[in-house]
Amino acid sequence: MEVPILKQGAYLIASIQSALNDADLRFLRDNLVERVGKLRARGVIVDVTALDVMDSYASRTLRDIAHMTRLRGAETVIVGIQPEVAFAMVQLGLMLEGVATALDLEEGLEFLNSKTRDAAREGSRRGP
Amino acid sequence: MAHEEAVLVQEERIAILSDSDVVKARQVGRTLAASLGFSQTDQALIATAISELARNIVLYARSGEVRVDALRNGGRRGMLVIARDDGPGISDIERAMEPGFSTSGGLGLGLPGVRRLMDDLKVESKRGRGTTVTARKWLR
Repeated sequence: MEVPILKQGAYLIASIQSALNDADLRFLRDNLVERVGKLRARGVIVDVTALDVMDSYASRTLRDIAHMTRLRGAETVIVGIQPEVAFAMVQLGLMLEGVATALDLEEGLEFLNSKTRDAAREGSRRGP
Repeated sequence: MAHEEAVLVQEERIAILSDSDVVKARQVGRTLAASLGFSQTDQALIATAISELARNIVLYARSGEVRVDALRNGGRRGMLVIARDDGPGISDIERAMEPGFSTSGGLGLGLPGVRRLMDDLKVESKRGRGTTVTARKWLR
């Protein structure tokens, strides 16, 4: 099951539509990391609203996506973790440390906008 | 003929041979948990536990089976999950139950995490003779 990735401005939006197996998750990771460069994206949103289970492998892969895209210059935010999924994750000790999360797509976009604004300000301060 | 039960629950067995079967096992388990009357939250906990147990089979034993079934104990009702494989077995079960212990380079989250998702968890294993994990969750 391939996850569609949309480009919106400087952002990539990956909307997971149904349950993913481990191979699908790895494909999503590699695809996002590659497209950040190809499409010169500054932000990535992974929408997991449709996921009813987030096990250790899925959490780990999402964390890897966030860290790998950051190393490529893009900020990642995970949006749409459902309440019961969050509960199960906490029981398992899966905290997605170091990964930005937001309630939904709208909040995720707002987060990326504020991040890229900060980056732009930093850039102009350092300028001549 | 008397209708004793609105829903007749069937035992389900899912062969675990690849990571696609991990998804299948947790979906079958969730459907059973829903039909038994578990809350959305408990369904998520059970499905996540099955996912971890089935993944352990793929990681450590390559193949095995997950069995899910309804449980009845007097007035108590619940769900049974059994994950069985003929893999290398666990040489030190006590150690495998310690938080943070893993022999797969941190791929699996391990059995302590699964125990927190379920009401009880029992591991039977002999080196070279496979592993059987039996977990139960009761309806509240």
